[in-house]
Amino acid sequence: MKNRSLISITDFSKEEQIRILDIAEGFEQQPTQNILGNYVVATLFFEPSTRTRLSFESAASRLGAKVIGFSSAASSSVSKGESLNDTILTVSNYSDIIVMRHPVDGSARYASEVSPVPVINAGDGANQHPTQTLLDMYSIRKTQGTLDNLNIAFVGDLKYGRTVHSLTMALTQYNTTFHLVSPTELKLPSYVKRHIKDNNLSYYQYTDLLAVIPHVDIIYMTRIQKERFSDSLEYERVKNAYNLSNNMLAGSRSNMAIMHPLPRVNEIAADVDSNPKAYYFQQALNGVYVRQALLAAILGVK
Amino acid sequence: MENNEQRKELKVSAIENGTVIDHIPANSLFKVIKILSLENLEEQVLFGTNLESKKYGRKGIVKVSNKFFESDEVNKIALVAPHASLIEIRDYKVVHKSVVEIPNHIQKIVRCFNPNCITNHEQITTSFDVIKDEETLKLRCHYCEKTTLRENAVFL
Repeated sequence: MKNRSLISITDFSKEEQIRILDIAEGFEQQPTQNILGNYVVATLFFEPSTRTRLSFESAASRLGAKVIGFSSAASSSVSKGESLNDTILTVSNYSDIIVMRHPVDGSARYASEVSPVPVINAGDGANQHPTQTLLDMYSIRKTQGTLDNLNIAFVGDLKYGRTVHSLTMALTQYNTTFHLVSPTELKLPSYVKRHIKDNNLSYYQYTDLLAVIPHVDIIYMTRIQKERFSDSLEYERVKNAYNLSNNMLAGSRSNMAIMHPLPRVNEIAADVDSNPKAYYFQQALNGVYVRQALLAAILGVK
Repeated sequence: MENNEQRKELKVSAIENGTVIDHIPANSLFKVIKILSLENLEEQVLFGTNLESKKYGRKGIVKVSNKFFESDEVNKIALVAPHASLIEIRDYKVVHKSVVEIPNHIQKIVRCFNPNCITNHEQITTSFDVIKDEETLKLRCHYCEKTTLRENAVFL
């Protein structure tokens, strides 16, 4: 993986994805390792994403790397009209690896083609966010001991959530059975369902969450965004349909874990937080280990 | 019958050496000319459209003197003229006939349908994988990974 860019999860083979998860395990054991002391990591956030940026900067800092960059386009020369090409070429002079987030789809792929240093995509518009997928895989493996043969429920906005699309694509390598819980208007897009079928796997679609809970190993909650609805009455009808509360978890499997890419609004009640099955904050922390693993592997020190 | 066909052909005069691209859908003729950049060619280019065709009703045809296309070059027109035939002419005689093939990959000629794609924001050559899917053609953008259907394709 040395010097390779990571733009889309499919840029790494199954074996390479697993290797990243294995390296991340090591960082979970020992998060602070001064192995990137000679490296400069650039974090270019053309749109704000505090959570993702801090996670990357924490990962780089724990490995001893220097971090340079900006946290919004307003504080970069983009506001002066500089092209992405020029920004990337300039920054690549100052750094050994570029982590970038950008509001435009495909911007990361393009950056990786013009940049002489490797690029990690931290989200390009509605397109890809592969480090989220890897940290989700890490979290699933961590809670279940395996990625194979699991029953996974995705709940909420399955239509627009790129997190769900990418994770679904990745999980089709592991004989997953998919349980898709969403309002009718926010169903998983047909191209993703087709990908599941092409891999000879099964998916089941539901509108009711409660019935699914006892049968799954992972409940992956997502936020339903109000702006996705043309009919605000419709939104009112469904917004509380997937409000997961602690009493709903009574019949759930003992190994079951609840995940969420965060931020959450009301889809997981606060009373779930103290349940040992609530895993979403640990999931966010796992993001640091996975990003440490990516930085180390791509810079060739692990 | 033979004579009749002969006469139709002659609505666009014969060429001595070069390439005839026949069976172009009538409404795609100017797209074909554009895709092959024939307007920049110094050689003689003859074309006709809304000609009668037994197979397609109406068709377009292009004849380009002293130009023999590489298959990569000419396959680009498959998006707008999937059944076009290529006829190589030497000394007024047909020496080779073939049909266009849909390429697996196309660059430059189509704009990405996704308004939020980087190729619509910066000066970038578009690039697509061609997905042949149950009779329909889809173009998957190399950058934004979104799919443009052939009927939505806008030619640059």
